[in-house]
Amino acid sequence: MSTTKKPGSKSDFFKDPVKHGASSDGGYAVNLAEGDISTGGHDTGGRGPGGEFNSVGKARRRVDARAKVTGGTRFADDLALPRMVAGRLLRSHLPHALVKSIDASKAKALPGVHLVLTGADFPITYGILPVSMDEHPLARDKVRHVGDPVAAVIAADEDTCTKALELIEVEYEQLETIADPHEALATPEPRIHDYGDHGNVHKAVSLEFGDVEAGMAEADRVFEHSFFFEGNTHLPLEQHASVAALDENGLLTLWSSTQTPHYVHKALARSLDMDPARIRVVACPNGGGFGGKSDPFNHEIVAAKAALILGRPVKFSLNREEVFYCHRGRHPVEMKFRTGVKKDGTITSMDLQTLLDGGAFGSYGVASTFYTGALQTVTYEIPRYRFRGCRTFTNKPACGPKRGHGTPQPRFGQEVQLDIIAHELGIDPAELRLQQLVKEDSLTANFLKVRTIGLRRCIEAVVKESGWKERHGKLPRGRGLGLACSSYLSGAGLPIYWNHLPHSGVALKLDRSGHVLATCGATEIGQGSDDVLVNCVAEVLGIDADDIRIRTGDTDLGPVDLGSYSSRVTLMMGNAAIQAAERARDLIATAVAKKLEIPKARVGFAGRRVFDCEDPEKGLTFAEACIAAEGLWGTLGTVGSYKPPASPARFKGGGVGPSPTYSYTACVLEAEVCEETGWVTVHDVWIGHDIGRALNPVLARGQVEGGVYMGLGEALMEEMVYRRLPKRFSQALVHRHPSLLEYKSPTFHEMPRVHTTLIEDPDGAGPFGAKEVGQGPLLPIMPALSNAVFDAVGVRVRQVPISPQAIYKALQSESKDHGPGEFPEIDWPEPVIVKPPWEGGDGRDERKKDSYVARMARPEGGRGSETAEPKGD
Amino acid sequence: MMRLPEFDYRAPDSAEEVSRILAGEGPRAMIVAGGTDLWPNMKRKHQQPKVVVALRKVKGLRESANGAGLSLGAGVTLNEIAAAPSAEGHDALRRAAAQVATPLLRNAATIGGNVCLDTRCTYYDQNEEWRRSIDFCMKAEGERCWVAPSSPKCLAISSTDCAPALIALGAEVDLVSAAEGERSVALEDLYKNDGIFYLKRKPDEVLTTVRVPALTGWRSTYWKLRRRGSIDFPVLGVAAAMKMSGDSVEELRLVLGAVSSRPILATDAAGKLIGQVPTDELIAEVAEDCAKLAKPMDNSDFTLYWRKAVVQPYVRGVLKQLRGDDPEGFSTLLRRAALAVPS
Repeated sequence: MSTTKKPGSKSDFFKDPVKHGASSDGGYAVNLAEGDISTGGHDTGGRGPGGEFNSVGKARRRVDARAKVTGGTRFADDLALPRMVAGRLLRSHLPHALVKSIDASKAKALPGVHLVLTGADFPITYGILPVSMDEHPLARDKVRHVGDPVAAVIAADEDTCTKALELIEVEYEQLETIADPHEALATPEPRIHDYGDHGNVHKAVSLEFGDVEAGMAEADRVFEHSFFFEGNTHLPLEQHASVAALDENGLLTLWSSTQTPHYVHKALARSLDMDPARIRVVACPNGGGFGGKSDPFNHEIVAAKAALILGRPVKFSLNREEVFYCHRGRHPVEMKFRTGVKKDGTITSMDLQTLLDGGAFGSYGVASTFYTGALQTVTYEIPRYRFRGCRTFTNKPACGPKRGHGTPQPRFGQEVQLDIIAHELGIDPAELRLQQLVKEDSLTANFLKVRTIGLRRCIEAVVKESGWKERHGKLPRGRGLGLACSSYLSGAGLPIYWNHLPHSGVALKLDRSGHVLATCGATEIGQGSDDVLVNCVAEVLGIDADDIRIRTGDTDLGPVDLGSYSSRVTLMMGNAAIQAAERARDLIATAVAKKLEIPKARVGFAGRRVFDCEDPEKGLTFAEACIAAEGLWGTLGTVGSYKPPASPARFKGGGVGPSPTYSYTACVLEAEVCEETGWVTVHDVWIGHDIGRALNPVLARGQVEGGVYMGLGEALMEEMVYRRLPKRFSQALVHRHPSLLEYKSPTFHEMPRVHTTLIEDPDGAGPFGAKEVGQGPLLPIMPALSNAVFDAVGVRVRQVPISPQAIYKALQSESKDHGPGEFPEIDWPEPVIVKPPWEGGDGRDERKKDSYVARMARPEGGRGSETAEPKGD
Repeated sequence: MMRLPEFDYRAPDSAEEVSRILAGEGPRAMIVAGGTDLWPNMKRKHQQPKVVVALRKVKGLRESANGAGLSLGAGVTLNEIAAAPSAEGHDALRRAAAQVATPLLRNAATIGGNVCLDTRCTYYDQNEEWRRSIDFCMKAEGERCWVAPSSPKCLAISSTDCAPALIALGAEVDLVSAAEGERSVALEDLYKNDGIFYLKRKPDEVLTTVRVPALTGWRSTYWKLRRRGSIDFPVLGVAAAMKMSGDSVEELRLVLGAVSSRPILATDAAGKLIGQVPTDELIAEVAEDCAKLAKPMDNSDFTLYWRKAVVQPYVRGVLKQLRGDDPEGFSTLLRRAALAVPS
C-alpha cells in the first residue's frame, strides 16, 4: 500500500519545478512504509471536477470564533481542579545582589501555608536555548533584576500566599547595578553571569560576506547613520497562568498559557530531573502571546514541582506587573548602518553593527543577536555584506522574541536609511527599491534561499492605492507619506535544539461516523492555527470544518510540533496536515474505487462526498466512504510530518535566518505632524503583503491589521523604559511603568484606516502555496512612519518610538534630526568569512576550509561538531 | 491578581454620620465614593485604611439641581455630567468630565471623587513591591522625593480634570462636619501646592455638594493633553471661562491642571486680556506667562521638556477657540484637543 506523487502533477504553480519546485531533498512522497517526512510542496486539495478548492481561499468564520466571543474559551486561569491550591513568587526588590540567606520559618508557620520553596529546591538550570541554560526557577545564589524570583509560597489561597511572602526574610548583599549596554561594556565586573563571551558581553558575533570595503570603494557615495530602537513588550491581554496536577497514576500534567508546549515539556523534564514520559504539557488557548510565552518560565516549573511534592493541583496566576518581569520582549538595539551606493542608487556594499540590551538572561538572545543581521539581504540585492552584533547582559528583565524577533530593529534602520539615500540622490524611494529587488529563486550574499518574492507586487499595490506618485513630496506642509518594505521568515529552518526530527506532526483518526479527529502539538495563540489545521484537512478530504474536531497543543494527545513562534505554524503544520490528510484520502480513495469499480485516479473529494470525477452523481457520502475504508483497512488513522529543507548556509551562525520561504510586505503610511508640538497623527496605512496564498482571507486580513496595530504601538509610543535612581543615593533600577495604564499602547482612537492588499503568488514550499502573515506586516510600520514624518515636516527621527517629544526635538534642532549619537567602539571577534555565491562561495567559512580539508583528510576523519551553535529562533 | 487588603466597611445614610465616623476613627478611616481612585490605591497598598466609609447611601448626594446656577451632589457620576446638556457657560465641566478615564470608569466615578482625586506620581502609583525597590518615597512610607531628591516637599501631580474646569467656572464646594457644621469654600481655596497635603479638607469633613454659578454670557472650555484618546490621566489640562463685552474681554478665568500639585489659577496672566481685544499677540503673551507658572516634573508620561513646551500652544488654542476661531483650522494636536468632546 503505497502511492507516490511528484509535485507538479496537478498544480498550476508547479509547472516550473525550478521556480516553485520542491526542495532538492526530493519533494514529498506518500509512503507509509518508509515513513518519509514532507519538506513541503503540496497543492493537492480535495478539488472537485472543476479543479476548485473546497475551502482554501474562502472567507470563513474561524473555528474558535464563537467560543472566543461568547467567553466559552477556557484559558489557563479558568481552570479549577478539586483540592487546588495557589502559588505566588517572592520577587527580588533589588536589581543585582547575592542571596546570602533565606529564612522562611515564619512563612511556613502561617496557617494555610502548605509549602515554601527556594533556590535550594532547584539545583538544575533551564533556558530555551541549549547554549544559554542560565536560569533557575528560583534564584540560588544571586538575583539579577527587580522581579527575579527568590522563593515561592504555596497556600490555601492567593491572599494567604501574599501574607506569607511578607514573612520571608531574605538577606542580600547588593552588587553594582548594570543598567544598559554602555555600562555593560564599560563594567566587566561584577559579571551578571559567569558565562558568555567576556565581562558582561553575552555574545558578540562577526560575519563577513565578500570584501565589504572594496564594495564601499566602488560606491559613489557611502552613507553612515546610527539608529536606536527602544525595547517594548508583547502586552498580551491574558496574563501568564499555569496549573500543575498529578493524575490518579501520579503522572504530572501542566496546563499553561504557553506558545511552546514541547519546549516546556523538555524544560520540565530537565529541571525536575524527570522522565519526559511521565510529564504531559497542555498549552491552553493563549489570550495573546506575540513571542512572550515562548520561553519556559519559572512559575511553570515551580508549579510542577509543588504539585509533585504536595500531590495537589497548584495554580500560579501572574499579575500584570509580573508579566512585565517575565518580558522576553523586543531588545533595545543601537545600530550603525554604512551603505555604499552608486549614483543611481544601486547598493554596492552594506556594513551593519548592532548592540543589544539583553537584560538579565540569555533567553533566545543568541538567536536574537544573529537575527539583527540575518534578513537585511532578502529584500534588495546586497552584493557584499558585513554584520557584527553584540548582546550585553544588564540588570533588567530578559529580552527575547517579540513579533518579528530581532529583525524589526535593523529593518527600521535599513528602510529609513534607504529613504535618506533616495532623497539625497533625488530618486523616488519606491523606484530605488524596485530597481534592485532580490530575484526569485536565488541565493543571497549570506546564503539565504529566496524562492518566490512578491515584493514588487506589494510595492506596486501600495504605491497605486495610496496615490504615492501624485502625492509623495507634494502634500501641504504637515502632511506626509512614507514608504517602507520588509520580509520575514515562514518558519525557522532549524529547531532550537539540534535534532534531525520533524518540526511538525499531525495525526488523523477517522471512523464510521464520518467525523475526523485531527491532533497536533501546534498551539493556538489567537493567530488562528487551529483554523489552519482544520482548513488544510477539510480541503484535502473535501469535507466541512464542522466535520473535523481538533486537539492541539497537548504533548499527550498529538504529535510534536515545535510551537507557535517564528511564523512557522501555517507552513509546517499545514504541510504535515496535508500529508496526513492525503494519506487518509488515499486509503478512502482505494476503498471507494473498489466499491464504485472505477480507477482510483478518478476518485474525487468535495462537498462532503467521495465520487467519480467523470460522473459526479455516482459516489458516496464522506461517512459512507469512511465505512467502506474502515471495512477494507480496519481502523483508520494516518500521520503526516514536516521538516524544512536543508539550508545552503554551512557556516557558524548560518543556522539563524534560513526559512523554507520568506513573506514580503510593503507599506505606505500617511501622517500629519503638528509643527508647533511634534504631535503626530497617523491617518491611513496602505499595506501589501505577499502571503503566497491566503488559506482563510478573513483570518489573514485580521493578522495584517493586527500587525499594523502592534507596529503602530511600537512606532508611536510603546517603550520599556527603566529609571535608575541617582547613584549617590541608591543602586535601584526599576521599570518605569509596569502597568497597562502607564505603559502606553494604542487604543481604538489611535487606529488609522488600514487598506490591506493580499498578494497571492503561491509558493511551492507552503501548504497550497501559503506563506506566513503573523509577523511580517508589523515590520514596515515603524520606518514608514519615520519616513512619513520626514515627508511632512522635513525632519529625520532615527529612533523608535517616533514620539511627539522626539519629533519636537528634531524640529527644534539645527540639524532637523533626532536620534542616537555615535555608535560605541566594540571589540569585535575575528569574523567568519564566507564568499557570496557569485564569488564562488559554497556557504562555508573560508577560514575553516583548510582545517576542514585537513580534518577530512586525516585517517580518523569526521566533521566538526556544530552542536553548540544556536538554531532557529 | 492584586487583591484588596482587609478593612471594615461602613455605609451610613447621612453626611453627618460619615463625619462622625471619620472623627472617631481618625487617619485609619477613608471615604469611598465611586472607588475608581481608592480601590486601586488600596490594592497597591499606598493607602491602607482599616475603615472605609462609603457615601453611596448618603441621602441627597446623587441629586443635582439647575436653578440659579448648578448644584451637583458629590455622588453624581462623571457620565451623568458628561451626558447632560451644558448650561450656558458651563461647557468646560462637561468636557472635563467626558474626558476622564474610560466610559466604564465614568459610570462609577463621581464628581466629588474627581475633585478630591489623590495626587499622582511615577514613584507613588506603583504597587508595594515596586516601591520597596526604591525604598519608598516621601508620599508613602519613605523619606525622599525621587522626582527631585533634594525637594523638601512631595511633587506628586494634581491629576483631576474636573477641578481646573470647575475653578474656571468659579465653583464652590460645601463641606459638612458633624462637629462644626457646614461651610462653603471657593474650589480654588480647597487645594494646597503639596503632593501629600493637597486638600485643605479637614479630617472629619465630607464634601457634599459642588455649586457652579450661573454664567450668562460666558463661554468656557477644557482641553486635556494625554497620550491616547481615552484612559489616560492628564499631563496638562487647560480650562478657561471668558465673558466678552463687544470685541473686548470683560472677564477671564484661566486654570492650568496637571502641571503642579494643585490646579493653578492664572489670575495675573489672564488679567492681561481684561478690557482688551484678544489679539494673537496678546494671547501669545498670556500663554507665555502661563508657561512660566507650569512646573512639570519628570514624574508622569512624556518628558517634562515636552510637556512644558506644549503649555503655550494649548493656552493659545483655548483662548482662540473662546474668542471664536474655528478649531478645524488648528494644527493636529490642538484640533484633537478642541474637538475631543462633541459639542
